[in-house]
Amino acid sequence: MSAHGAVPVSVTRPMEGMKVYNQKLGMWVFLLSEVMFFSSLIGAYIILRFANPQQWAEPGEVLAVPLTAFNTFMLICSSVTMVKAFAAIEHGDQAGLKKWLLATILLGAAFVGIQVYEYIQLAGHGFVPMRDSYAAEGGPLYGATFYTMTGFHGAHVSIGVLCLSFTAVQAFRGRYSEMNYGGVEIMGLYWHFVDLVWIILFTIVYLI
Amino acid sequence: MRWDWIMPEPVSNLGAEIDSIYYLILIITGIIFVGVEVALVWFLIRYRRRDGRRAEYSHGNKTAEVVWTVIPFVLVLFIAYTSNDVWLKAKLADREGGAPADAIPMRVMAKQFEWNVTYPGPDGRLDTEDDFAVRNQLHMPVDRAVRVELGSDDVIHSFFLPDFRVKQDAVPGMMIPVWFEANRTGEYDWACAELCGLGHYRMRASVTVHEAGEFEQWQASHGTPAAARIAPADTTGAQQTTGESEESA
Amino acid sequence: MSTTQLVAPNVSAQHWADPSHRDERPFIRKYVFSTDHKVIGCQFMFLSLFFLLVGGLLAMMMRWQLGYPGQPMPWGGVLPETMAPGGILLPEFYNSLVTMHGTFMIFFAIMPLLVGMFGNWLIPLHVGASDMAFPRLNMMSFWITIPAGLIMVSSFFVAGGASGSGWTGYAPLSAVPEYSGVYMGQKLWCISLVVLGFGSLMGAVNYITTIVNMRAPGMSWFRLPLPIWALFITSILVLLAMPVLAGALIMLLFDQLIGTSFFLPESGGQPLMWQHLFWYFGHPEVYILILPAMGIASEVISNGSRKPIFGYPAMVGAIVAIAFLGWVVWGHHMFMSGMNPLLGSSFMVSTMVIAVPSAIKVFNWLGTMWRGNIHFHVPMLNAVAFVAMFVIGGLSGVFMASTPVDIFIHDTYFIVAHLHYVLFGGSLFAIFAGIYYWFPKFYGRMLNPTLGKIHFALTFVFYNLVFFPMHNLGLAGHMRRIYDPNQYGFLEPLQPVNTFISVSAFLLGAAQLIFLFNIVWSLWRGQRAPANPWNANSLEWSLPSPPPHGNFTAMPRVYRGPYEYSVTGREADFWPQWDPPDGRPAPDHSPDGVLIGDEKPASREPHR
Repeated sequence: MSAHGAVPVSVTRPMEGMKVYNQKLGMWVFLLSEVMFFSSLIGAYIILRFANPQQWAEPGEVLAVPLTAFNTFMLICSSVTMVKAFAAIEHGDQAGLKKWLLATILLGAAFVGIQVYEYIQLAGHGFVPMRDSYAAEGGPLYGATFYTMTGFHGAHVSIGVLCLSFTAVQAFRGRYSEMNYGGVEIMGLYWHFVDLVWIILFTIVYLI
Repeated sequence: MRWDWIMPEPVSNLGAEIDSIYYLILIITGIIFVGVEVALVWFLIRYRRRDGRRAEYSHGNKTAEVVWTVIPFVLVLFIAYTSNDVWLKAKLADREGGAPADAIPMRVMAKQFEWNVTYPGPDGRLDTEDDFAVRNQLHMPVDRAVRVELGSDDVIHSFFLPDFRVKQDAVPGMMIPVWFEANRTGEYDWACAELCGLGHYRMRASVTVHEAGEFEQWQASHGTPAAARIAPADTTGAQQTTGESEESA
Repeated sequence: MSTTQLVAPNVSAQHWADPSHRDERPFIRKYVFSTDHKVIGCQFMFLSLFFLLVGGLLAMMMRWQLGYPGQPMPWGGVLPETMAPGGILLPEFYNSLVTMHGTFMIFFAIMPLLVGMFGNWLIPLHVGASDMAFPRLNMMSFWITIPAGLIMVSSFFVAGGASGSGWTGYAPLSAVPEYSGVYMGQKLWCISLVVLGFGSLMGAVNYITTIVNMRAPGMSWFRLPLPIWALFITSILVLLAMPVLAGALIMLLFDQLIGTSFFLPESGGQPLMWQHLFWYFGHPEVYILILPAMGIASEVISNGSRKPIFGYPAMVGAIVAIAFLGWVVWGHHMFMSGMNPLLGSSFMVSTMVIAVPSAIKVFNWLGTMWRGNIHFHVPMLNAVAFVAMFVIGGLSGVFMASTPVDIFIHDTYFIVAHLHYVLFGGSLFAIFAGIYYWFPKFYGRMLNPTLGKIHFALTFVFYNLVFFPMHNLGLAGHMRRIYDPNQYGFLEPLQPVNTFISVSAFLLGAAQLIFLFNIVWSLWRGQRAPANPWNANSLEWSLPSPPPHGNFTAMPRVYRGPYEYSVTGREADFWPQWDPPDGRPAPDHSPDGVLIGDEKPASREPHR
């Protein structure tokens, strides 16, 4: 009954499971745990800010909002390129997959780079996570929560860039096809999640 | 010192109310405990394997499910309802049923590993000229409430008066009200009930409840050597056990 | 397009067992770096039992100090001067013992036993799969536990010693080394748990995906054995709770390492925030520690009673209800914390309500035994003890759920009694039941039943002698985590009780050696296990003991629920899930799962 050459047989069909293949279900489940992780950091931020509002500077006084807005735009663009990469391989377009994956990686790496640059600038002005943060505006909690939230987000982007590089290597080796694109799809899910977290962080950290 | 297999005799009215909730729960859970365990043992004996016997092929009983869901649900909510009033009286010091208006204000600051009590002095108000502080001793008159502002200078401690049924964590950065009233005189234990470091086990102090009038005398005579009867903080308590190490880390 | 044409992209087929039982993997791939869930389950067993021993040893030392305060401990001379000069335990070492006993038992013994071992052993077999959804991830989740454990153990041997701020690690004590005297140890504690958390998370992702996606034909949700329901719900709790712990630990680590002030009030930090974050994880954590045990108890009690589990849907509903409600009760650990008392009232209500689904389960276990035909095999003895002891633990919880009563019993030995009745009387007895029940399947040998019964009897007696009197200690006002209760006049008269408990604890510890001896002896000399020694119904019992790599030679088919015991009109008192209905030909198990005579045609939409 299986009859379709080298393609692995359908194991989800006669089984009782959901119509989502394992790797994809696994990625969704993993992303749920990431929601909880970022929630704990954001929750702590909310609690600390409500208790000590005087320690927070006005938006734009300490943080570089325009630069970060551009950075945000780049990250959103990288989600678009990721979508295009997935769309490409869904239709078997190998060249398109490679092109759009590389674009995503570049944009993601640029995001991290700009964020590192921003950190260096801020630290140079005395805005640090420690108790003795001596920035002109804001108190130690401002720095602690800022660096923790954005730092862990940046780490997630960096890991995403690394994994995407691995995906790109696989793409260049011709590993993906219109019948075998799960690796690209799940990286896409991760990447969109990371982007979504950033949009939330950018709003609450930079704009409010 | 008296010790029983049950709780120490409560020396406050609120303490006695707390105990009555305890006994209510004891009776309810006691009946359930005996019933369930006896049924369990009975089933094990009655339905043990025997030749020729066969288990009943049953998947359950919906009525039973409803009954043993509803009854426990009602019971626990009843216990919660009964408990809540006593709880709020104890903890919402400034609400009706809480600390009486004529409660003596005091401040207790916990630190590693001692308690510092600030008394209001004869004027009955804290943060005035005639305040004074005593280490590890809380004195109060009988039949008159005390309202403590509880704080901590370092880590979380817990203000525990077993005989009064009083317990409240002392949290650095917070000042938390605790009130209590004794209905008999005597000297009572005061312990720390939250792990606070290596001296946690010897952070003991005492509460002395005076006859009416005696408290004022004691307050007037503060600062005498008698007031430091319990050893100062950086040595062990009245009993020294071996194994005591230097306090500094 | 024909229905067989469209297939799942990027899905690897299951690798079923080779019917000729050839297994040409090298030793290191078979037994060391193995992706086989059965081997990983066995690895978790050995690792966790080792840490159970470690945790037990730490408890024995604590009990020595409490039973014979200030006296030199036997063999105490091997401990360094920083812990026990002359064999006499120091107060700071005692605080570390208290902390690490809890930490090792919860994170390195009970969790890996219930979730790592039983999850790995049972999930693929009970759902009818060849292995987990992600076998390599599974292997990683075991191996990451090893460095986590090593880091935790190493914290004893650094300057300042191991963490002494309790397994609950309350800040600021845990955040400021000057307060606790512990420097590197506390940081290692945090790091170890973050690393361990990754392992748990990997396991949760694997378990959820496997249970949702890889159930064999006929294995509908309501035909799953209850351990799988329990492990499924538990995995969701792990998935959602462990990351919150990770967040809290990272913030604590930052307070210690880079000078932030998340929990330090001098700079506006909030000590209570640590408690909220910790217990928001911590309460679901305790349900992680009991739900799989309940699943195991259901399995063994049904089997031992030769009777279907009473109220299977209610049992599932109760598991789900406990998990749901478990998210809104965390404040009951914080009644005395200085949290708004009105919040205390609301947490009291939710805490009282969560008692109800547990009560439902207890009544259903009783209902299962009622009119059963009870076989007292060793797993059954332990499972029944689980029920009896869990009842005590659960009822004692009602006292502390009542906020005014908790004013008195919070942070006393009453709480210690409660938690040990649910964790030892509950979880550990269920673990014993599960090991006696499934050891034959995975090692191919029966555990010696005589030794098993002796182990059970001694454990049951000594365990109660240790922990029941702790209720009384607590009611007398005996606080927790106290190096020397004799400092307090009102606790001095309780010394004989403490000594009695300690002696019972030493005997309890000694009794566990029988269990360990049984395991070691049976691995080499135990009676060879048949495929189905307990005449049970779930899929693993259709396979040889131990099952081959890949489990089934082809995708299995399931015909009924797992608790069809003593079915009316059938001669045998069990009817396995894999046994085809009478009068039908045994189906051909073809590799692609399309079966002759399938009741339900494969009508699913092709996967895209």
